[in-house]
Amino acid sequence: MSDFTSGFWSIYVIALTLGGIAFCAWLLLTTGKGVAPPTEGGKVGTTGHVWDEDLAEYNNPLPKWWSNLFWITIVFSIVYLVLYPGLGSIKGVLGWTSTGQYEKERGDVDARVKPLYDKFASMDLAAVAADPEARAMGERLFLNNCAQCHGSDAGGARGFPNLRDGDWLYGGEPAKIVETITGGRLGVMPALSAVLGEQGTKDVAAYVRSLSGLPHDSLRAQLGRPLFEQNCSACHGADGKGNQLIGAPNLTDAIWLYGSSEASIIEGVVKGRNIAVSEGTLAMPSFKDTLGPSRIHVVAAYVWGLSNRPAPR
Amino acid sequence: MASEATFNYKVVRQFAIMTVVWGIVGMLVGVIIAAQLIWPDMTAGIPWLSYGRLRPLHTNAVIFAFGGSALFASSYYCVQRTCQVRLFSDGLAAFTFWGWMAVIVLAAITLPLGMTSSKEYAELEWPIDLLITAVWVSYAVVFFGTIAKRRTPHIYVANWFFGGFILTIALLHLINSAEMPVTLTKSYSAYAGVQDAMVQWWYGHNAVGFFLTAGFLGMMYYFVPKQAGRPIYSYRLSVVHFWALIFTYMWAGPHHLHYTALPDWTQSLGMVFSLILLAPSWGGMINGIMTLSGAWHKLRDDPILKFLIVSLSFYGMSTFEGPMMSIKTVNALSHYTDWTIGHVHSGALGWVAFISIGAVYYMIPRMFGKTEMWSTRLITVHFWVATIGVVLYIAAMWIAGVMQGLMWRATNPDGTLTYAFVESVKATYPFYVIRLVGGVMFLSGMLVMAWNTWRTASGAIAYEAPIPAGAPAHA
Repeated sequence: MSDFTSGFWSIYVIALTLGGIAFCAWLLLTTGKGVAPPTEGGKVGTTGHVWDEDLAEYNNPLPKWWSNLFWITIVFSIVYLVLYPGLGSIKGVLGWTSTGQYEKERGDVDARVKPLYDKFASMDLAAVAADPEARAMGERLFLNNCAQCHGSDAGGARGFPNLRDGDWLYGGEPAKIVETITGGRLGVMPALSAVLGEQGTKDVAAYVRSLSGLPHDSLRAQLGRPLFEQNCSACHGADGKGNQLIGAPNLTDAIWLYGSSEASIIEGVVKGRNIAVSEGTLAMPSFKDTLGPSRIHVVAAYVWGLSNRPAPR
Repeated sequence: MASEATFNYKVVRQFAIMTVVWGIVGMLVGVIIAAQLIWPDMTAGIPWLSYGRLRPLHTNAVIFAFGGSALFASSYYCVQRTCQVRLFSDGLAAFTFWGWMAVIVLAAITLPLGMTSSKEYAELEWPIDLLITAVWVSYAVVFFGTIAKRRTPHIYVANWFFGGFILTIALLHLINSAEMPVTLTKSYSAYAGVQDAMVQWWYGHNAVGFFLTAGFLGMMYYFVPKQAGRPIYSYRLSVVHFWALIFTYMWAGPHHLHYTALPDWTQSLGMVFSLILLAPSWGGMINGIMTLSGAWHKLRDDPILKFLIVSLSFYGMSTFEGPMMSIKTVNALSHYTDWTIGHVHSGALGWVAFISIGAVYYMIPRMFGKTEMWSTRLITVHFWVATIGVVLYIAAMWIAGVMQGLMWRATNPDGTLTYAFVESVKATYPFYVIRLVGGVMFLSGMLVMAWNTWRTASGAIAYEAPIPAGAPAHA
């Protein structure tokens, strides 16, 4: 076992463990038997020691049920350590491991539910989205695995995309949704204020607000336009409509991942986005191993169905 | 007054009174965080009143300030009385009082400010750890010094437990708090990864085992036979359960880390020795409760004895529950739920607080040259308010915990979880309310105690009992 750096530690653990159990048994044996307690007229006598004027001790024998309870736990321990890992690197007769237990339980569930998911595996995603049973399963998968960030209603939160508005960072086609869930996503916007400077940052923010028709300082927006084209258009496009290949958001619509206020836009330019976990931004994780393809198929259909009207049955 | 002809009651009196004060403070913080679980925005987002900072303040205040003061008071009282000598050093004893109070005040400042080593029950940062060490070494010198100069031939059983508690807490504190200081207020643990977790829970469970159990068993062995006026039930039972308890507790820590990255063999050993711990724990309960055998009628009108005996019932109950919860299959349900909170409070309120309250009610009048508290009726009131409070608290947390465990593991036919986490939080809400009611009741009992203590002390003169002259009793 890799838990031990040398065979010595295994023997050390075994010796201490068995020695400890033997110590408990020895305590019980030596105090449990021996001479009957002295009696005073048929009553158990005290040890004869007195402290603080009146503190004394009887010397009653150990209650039988109590010693038996002690013996039972000792015997149980030995049996348990024979059956299960515990004595150093000895694996135990049953060969049990916590990893093995996890894999078995996981495997049992997978085997039991496999027919349920297999039913949909070969179906087209749009057809799965139209199936009420699949939709219910997809919703449950969503609530278990996705709702923590995207919300129970898939409405998203600051920094976590809304999945029901029909706007997609990486594309909303069924295959794209499957790809996103399977591999996860990590969209990164670099910090640009060092390049833009304080005034430049404000100018770009004004221009970005102008793209979606939000109130803005038109002079600053004018000044921001060339700065945007030099520094931002590589990802967000010259027209600001974004690029789904790299998850760059469309800046011309009314949908904002971190909010549309000038302060929030400036914050994004100054700090960048999705750079540091400590800033409260997190990547979309990969669900390849936790869910597997057949569950991803069903939950992707559910997500797709949130913004696409499934074909009537 | 302070001469070799009297016992040092001053330090006992100081600690006994501070037990009441810190009890109120610690439990008030507990009530506040219990309320925060019902009304999360209650403290308006003020960082130093947030749950995450007040919770360690609550645990430190009740364990080390309230429980610690009770242990200092009772051990100093017991060791003098049973050794028939004054404390080894008045100066060092005074240092333990003022030093311990300084530790508590520093904890009350640094924890809300967010300064923490992040180790549960060992959150205090390294300068405070050093102060704790100095106080504890002084405590050991005073205690064992007093034992060494005793005028009685034998060491009384209560002192075995106090002695065992003092030695092991020194060991636990030094090893778990080994850390690398970075600044005055920040340090990093000497251990990493799963080893850090193991050392932490070796410490954490032994804080329960030695601070909250062995020490309070010492209290039990003095105050139960004293208040009952009866000899201890069985000397040999105290021998076997003392050694078995002291030895076995040291192994139980890994049961806090079931089904984690901790190696399977370590988890198994934690479970096995937690089960073996059942009988040694019950040995103490039997010895306490059976001491009353033949004098059960005294329970009827002696509320102090009620506190002491009910504390032993809660001790028996939580030391049965503990081994059961250490079994891997049970732990798979109970871990991370409020069941654990219920378990810890049946020990902390039912056992630790009850026996401390009983012991303090015994000591306070004697510290002022009296034999009884100002009002026995108020002790009875305190007893019933506190008992109902504990029962409400732990019953609510048991039900909530089992419910949470069952909700978290419930699955649909398609293998998905039946409940989102937030649904289990919602379902727990009424039980949080019941828990708060229980906590408020327990706190009210402490306020009644404070009033009673005030009335007992006011107008009275601080008293130091003379050490009986003549040759001590020999065996």
